[in-house]
Amino acid sequence: MNFLFEFVISSLIVLGGIFVLVGSIGLIKLPDLMTRLHAPTKATTLGLGGALGASMLYFLWGEGTLSIHEVLISVFLFLTAPVTAHFIAKAHLHLNRDTIRQELSPTGRDHGWSTFDTVPKEAAEAGKAIDQPRG
Amino acid sequence: MTVAGKRIKDERSFMQRWLPHPLLSVVLVLVWMLLLNSFTMGGLVMGMLLGIVIPIITSSFWPERPPIRAYGRAFAFMVLVARDVVVANIHVARLILFKPADQLRTRWVTVPLELTSPEAITVLAGTITMTPGTVSSDLSADGRSLLVHCLDAPDAEEAVLEMKTRYETRLKRIFP
Repeated sequence: MNFLFEFVISSLIVLGGIFVLVGSIGLIKLPDLMTRLHAPTKATTLGLGGALGASMLYFLWGEGTLSIHEVLISVFLFLTAPVTAHFIAKAHLHLNRDTIRQELSPTGRDHGWSTFDTVPKEAAEAGKAIDQPRG
Repeated sequence: MTVAGKRIKDERSFMQRWLPHPLLSVVLVLVWMLLLNSFTMGGLVMGMLLGIVIPIITSSFWPERPPIRAYGRAFAFMVLVARDVVVANIHVARLILFKPADQLRTRWVTVPLELTSPEAITVLAGTITMTPGTVSSDLSADGRSLLVHCLDAPDAEEAVLEMKTRYETRLKRIFP
């Protein structure tokens, strides 16, 4: 192992660590749930990316094997992080439904947000874009 | 297949019944092989089994094939999003570290949608969550606008316009 190799991998790990740390600081510092949600969905992604990149480089360079697990982990992360964030946001809307309704921006449509309003019958029939098979 | 207790004839073709999502099957086999990290015949058979069984089990949630038209554009979109995720990370990290919490202009904004297919809206909502200072939180009851929470948006209209031009116009070309 030469110096350059070790330097690149260690800096990736340190960089990743810094981003994870910043994400955690954000969780403490930011004032409410919705703003706190921003920290783990973003700052942590790059943190993990740094660690996974370092792991890939280590196996590629040091042992000469291409390790694909890291790519899969980041793909799964990209798939699950937004869904989790969306569910937390939805739960937040449900829990604070009486106070938060006034804060939300208007939909700009005839109907409210789906957390509070049911799907309008005519839209369900006419649109058929959501839930119904296209065809 | 039974509807309201009455047995009706299954009109799906052989392909629709046993291989509802051929592309999903291929992806599942590929992911399984990559998870194993080494090539064995037994692993391939197991992967193919999963690639056939999982789409059949989940096909009732997802009856249609995803209406992707341009795979090249879809790949270019993924590269753009990956780049934006890195920018988003640095942007949010800077906000967290250097901006006092009471100076953040957090707000809810509404993004009117031109996309109609559920898959396209899902991809757009996921992209918005992963990129700078925005988390998508809800859909209007008729599914035509998206509720987005911004961490720091001095100008609501500008934020909406950026999301629409940057991601939605591209997605419109990928999904018809």
